[in-house]
Amino acid sequence: MKHQPKIIIVGGGLAGLMATIRVAESGVPVELFSIVPVKRSHSVCAQGGINAAKNLKGEGDSTWKHFDDTIYGGDFLANQSLVKAMCEAAPAIIDLLDRMGVMFNRTPEGLLDFRRFGGTLFHRTAFAGATTGQQLLYALDEQVRRFESEDKVKKFEGWTFLSAVLDDEGICRGICAMNLKTMEIRTFPCDAAIFCTGGVGAIFGRSTNSVVCTGSAQSALFQQGAYYANGEFIQVHPTAIPGEDKCRLMSESARGEGGRVWVPKAPQDPRRGKDIPENERFYFLEEWYPKYGNLVPRDVATRAIHKVVYEMKMGLVGEPAVYLDVSHIPREVLERKLEGILEIYEKFVGVDPHVEPMKVFPAMHYTMGGLWVDNENQATNIPGVYAAGECEYQYHGANRLGANSLVSCIFGGGIAGPAAVRYARSLARGCEATSPAVYERERVRQQDISDALLNQHTGTENPLTIWRQLGDVMTENVTVIRYNAKLQATLVKIDELADRFTRINLQDRTQWANQTLNFVRELGNMIVLAKVITMGALARNETRGAHYKPEFPNRDDANFLKTTIARYNGGDIQLAYEPVDTSLLPLRERKYTASA
Amino acid sequence: MPEKTFIVRIKRQQRPDESVHWEEYELRYRPYMNVIICLRDIAEHPFTRDGKESSPVTYDANCLEEICGACAMLVNGQPRQACTALVDELEKPIRLEPLTKFPLVRDLQVDRSSMFENLKRTKCWIPIDGTYDIGPGPRMSPETQEVGYTLSQCISCGNCLEICPKVNENSHFVGAAIVSQVRLFNMHPTGKMHAGPRLDALMGPGGIEDCDNAQNCVKVCPKGIPLTESLAAVNGQVLRHAVKSFVFGK
Ligand SMILES: Cc1cc2nc3c(=O)[nH]c(=O)nc-3n(C[C@H](O)[C@H](O)[C@H](O)COP(=O)(O)OP(=O)(O)OC[C@H]3O[C@@H](n4cnc5c(N)ncnc54)[C@H](O)[C@@H]3O)c2cc1C
Ligand code: SF4
Ligand code: FES
Repeated sequence: MKHQPKIIIVGGGLAGLMATIRVAESGVPVELFSIVPVKRSHSVCAQGGINAAKNLKGEGDSTWKHFDDTIYGGDFLANQSLVKAMCEAAPAIIDLLDRMGVMFNRTPEGLLDFRRFGGTLFHRTAFAGATTGQQLLYALDEQVRRFESEDKVKKFEGWTFLSAVLDDEGICRGICAMNLKTMEIRTFPCDAAIFCTGGVGAIFGRSTNSVVCTGSAQSALFQQGAYYANGEFIQVHPTAIPGEDKCRLMSESARGEGGRVWVPKAPQDPRRGKDIPENERFYFLEEWYPKYGNLVPRDVATRAIHKVVYEMKMGLVGEPAVYLDVSHIPREVLERKLEGILEIYEKFVGVDPHVEPMKVFPAMHYTMGGLWVDNENQATNIPGVYAAGECEYQYHGANRLGANSLVSCIFGGGIAGPAAVRYARSLARGCEATSPAVYERERVRQQDISDALLNQHTGTENPLTIWRQLGDVMTENVTVIRYNAKLQATLVKIDELADRFTRINLQDRTQWANQTLNFVRELGNMIVLAKVITMGALARNETRGAHYKPEFPNRDDANFLKTTIARYNGGDIQLAYEPVDTSLLPLRERKYTASA
Repeated sequence: MPEKTFIVRIKRQQRPDESVHWEEYELRYRPYMNVIICLRDIAEHPFTRDGKESSPVTYDANCLEEICGACAMLVNGQPRQACTALVDELEKPIRLEPLTKFPLVRDLQVDRSSMFENLKRTKCWIPIDGTYDIGPGPRMSPETQEVGYTLSQCISCGNCLEICPKVNENSHFVGAAIVSQVRLFNMHPTGKMHAGPRLDALMGPGGIEDCDNAQNCVKVCPKGIPLTESLAAVNGQVLRHAVKSFVFGK
């Protein structure tokens, strides 16, 4: 053996932890970086469950049907081979999690229970109450802690990734990171780095995502030459509680367990939801989509709610919202299967959802787009840089099905780990042979950026104000319904914000736990990614999955059955396209109405 | 009509070795505000009530829905999660202070890594053979799952340590959260096979004997974890384990 490979993993959500476990298990040491202690990663928020075609309910489900639902749900934009592999691996992933001690709900026979989720007719979703993500994250976190106790994993929690260290040939030889307590900027050598840095919700201001889901790491890599794919595909979840700080999700599992979406038949009906009799309610999803009912895919449900509220003007009195109702479900079932989310509603709204229907509205939730990775190894186009989890684009096409993200995170992380090890082992010369000057120049470049921000005393712009305005314009123009004129206006606005960003006033110039400095650095990266998302949306003149353009209401396979690839070129963003692998499932029209 | 406002008082400290001072902010009231929104308002307009320029407050928060555990602090003297502390339900002026049982980083931010260290020390995991596909896990009755699920919802917020009189400078009691995690792993069909080392870790100084049953922990746990039950259950396990170790040797 030439040398012991050194792997760095950035991000300790489900994807990052799974990658860590796979690398550590192969005997290769891992350095694991995360802004928050990994146990507090955003994956902890996932509520509803994780998909695997175990077919334990005698419904004739199969991994092929899971594959078909996923591709069809994603409107044929996902490359098919890895999606098929993921669906085939999913049952074993559930077994693994079960062995790790995840407290999945059980049937009376002591077997795993499964619930229904959107975009399928099968009971395919394993779950642990309504806090499945938390339970899965903890299980993986515990395994990593075990490796940590054996000195196979070293954690750097409270560090933020700033950039990759690239040598003169553009090969990744390490990372540059900032300690969020001391604000120290340092480089760390490695032979391969795996990025599992999650979603981009913060670009939209208020979303269902956690605070650290800014996409900053992806954007930094993009600006260093990594391709960013299908950025324009943003999932807006139909049912969330609107809030000033965040939109809190009411999981699809509420509908999976029988929850119903409705509005009063009489617009502006002043009565309380629970006082409106059954025959005066309009169950629009059930009426419009009798086959899937309340469990149509998210893009379909979200557009239906928009139509009811904005076009038909049938939203609830006084606010843009519809009812999500579980009050007819027996209390015992709610307690066993949905308590986690019902508590959230009660805590934040102060109304008991066991007896009153909940008021919900769509909110930005998930990015299908992300770092471009190859069709085999989760490798980006930068040698030595890998990506897995929500930060990459591979598995969900134009729309992700509920409960498919957790499985894609674990599957992708499970591939990326060993692939990075193989790559590191294949290198003729490891990072120990890289000149110290390569590390030093990256450190200095990053230090200069921080220093410039800290030393700017004439700034007038407040970071939070710029961020809020970015979120507002992105939410208004680049989520559910997209018009080219508005997308163009958004690009103008983003440029204005980028310009104002150069005059930012930090308001905190200390060198200790300076969260403003970190936030401002993230904000700069968010602005770049916002532009990638908007440009992708502007260029794609069709409607596909979550990308809906009334001016181009149909899917256009002749022109747009292709992956958008954004590249960064000295400050310029350019779009190119790549064909989609459709070798396994022939194209068909996507519609969820009865006749489909 | 004049704008409705309210006052927030925050205990501030730039560094662990610097002096403490209180700052007072006057914020514009909106419905459904929580403490996080207050802190964001201050970051967007960092001026104290008397117009003095101040700086954004350092604090931890991530999920904003009481599931990540990050945002624990003292709100009007009570340890709790800031994201679910709704302004409407709080007595004014609202007082915010950092937790006191953990090393201070800055302002409302503390370092709770000791909790994760203790999870490591007590071996709170299921030792699996590997990630290979070797079939399903052990069967479990729905009743066992329900108890396990309740215990496994601990978000490591640290509120139960903050309120515990036995967690102080003179004692190193690991705290109810850790004990309750040991109970969880010791009841799992696989985890059970490795209960001994976990119980060993809870014997001696800082272990379960330090608990003097004040029962405050259970009242501040945001996840409603039955901590006193866990303490009693694990105490029993430790006693039996001690006797066994004594009789049969370790
Ligand atoms: C409310 C909600 C409910 C959901 N429910 C479900 C569900 O039921 N089923 C399902 O399949 N999916 C669900 N999803 C989606 C799913 O939760 C996420 O897609 C998934 O958890 C993402 O995991 P991840 O590992 O990619 O990233 P994350 O869990 O977001 O982890 C990212 C990690 O990267 C770190 N990080 C980020 N940036 C940096 C940086 N610059 N430097 C260092 N570290 C960094 C973070 O600290 C963190 O550790 C839900 C999402 C939301 C918002
Ligand atoms: S047991 Fe409860 S209070 Fe203690 S750390 Fe866990 S969640 Fe927090
Ligand atoms: S921010 Fe996660 S618990 Fe409050």
